[in-house]
Amino acid sequence: MSHLLVLIPSIYLFCLGLFGIYHRKHNLILVLLSIEIMLLGINVNFVGFSCLLKDLDGQIFSFFILATSAAEIAIGLALIVLYYRSRGSIYLDTMNQIKE
Amino acid sequence: MGESILYLIFVLGMLGSATAAIFVRTPIHSLLLLIMTYFNTAGLFLVWGAEFLAMALLIIYIGAVAVLFLFVVMMLDIDQRKTKFKFSRYTGFSCVLALIMFVELVIIVLPWKTWEKAIDVIALPIPEMLTNANAIGNCLYTQYFYIFQLSGLIFLIAMVGAILLTKRERHSIKQNTKQQISGKPSETLEMVKVPFHEGIDI
Repeated sequence: MSHLLVLIPSIYLFCLGLFGIYHRKHNLILVLLSIEIMLLGINVNFVGFSCLLKDLDGQIFSFFILATSAAEIAIGLALIVLYYRSRGSIYLDTMNQIKE
Repeated sequence: MGESILYLIFVLGMLGSATAAIFVRTPIHSLLLLIMTYFNTAGLFLVWGAEFLAMALLIIYIGAVAVLFLFVVMMLDIDQRKTKFKFSRYTGFSCVLALIMFVELVIIVLPWKTWEKAIDVIALPIPEMLTNANAIGNCLYTQYFYIFQLSGLIFLIAMVGAILLTKRERHSIKQNTKQQISGKPSETLEMVKVPFHEGIDI
């Protein structure tokens, strides 16, 4: 197994998430979803190299990334619910009160 | 041979459904495709021999995170209709940004040979005789014990934060703690002597 078989899917997922953050910016939930896809790309990278080098460290690091991203999503969705309650929409295009 | 066929199936499924999740226009379809991506990634982890992480991915991401996403999408009364694809200036910008990032990383990775030497310096060799969950537990609870506890603390903070942020005061059923504590038994209770074989009238 070559290292490219691990790295190319991982790089693709990361760049796809990066693209999605700007592309789906009209909906805040989908921005969070894009961040999840980026984190998934990182996890694929760690686990793939853990298998490639027969090293367990990558899987443990991936476990901690999993834990942190779950906490991050819980906080992010709570903030979205809070924002929706006060403004009635979650569109990023209308989040410019300070500018006006 | 069979392993590489499985690898191809799972990688193509993962990349395809992730791409579709970004480009599909309704949020709910996008979330269901994200769940599909997680399933394929769990299969990929199984092919690579990380059984514990595959199951953790299924439980944590599909069981908790994706359902949380679905819950929020359904709870908020947002516009669920298909949005028309508008080619704004941000779309072009994001295309260029992601393409530059992708090309740069591929250019770095293609002639990269250092990883072959990394086999000499691995930190935790995978034990031959143990199962994957057993091996992970062996070093997670010894070498990485404090970090493991810290990740539990992060979860606690996230839980408290999420509850505090979304908590709403309801004034209609608000209880008066002071009145409850300062009450005496004689205000609410009455002691009655019950005659034998007669009972009492209430």
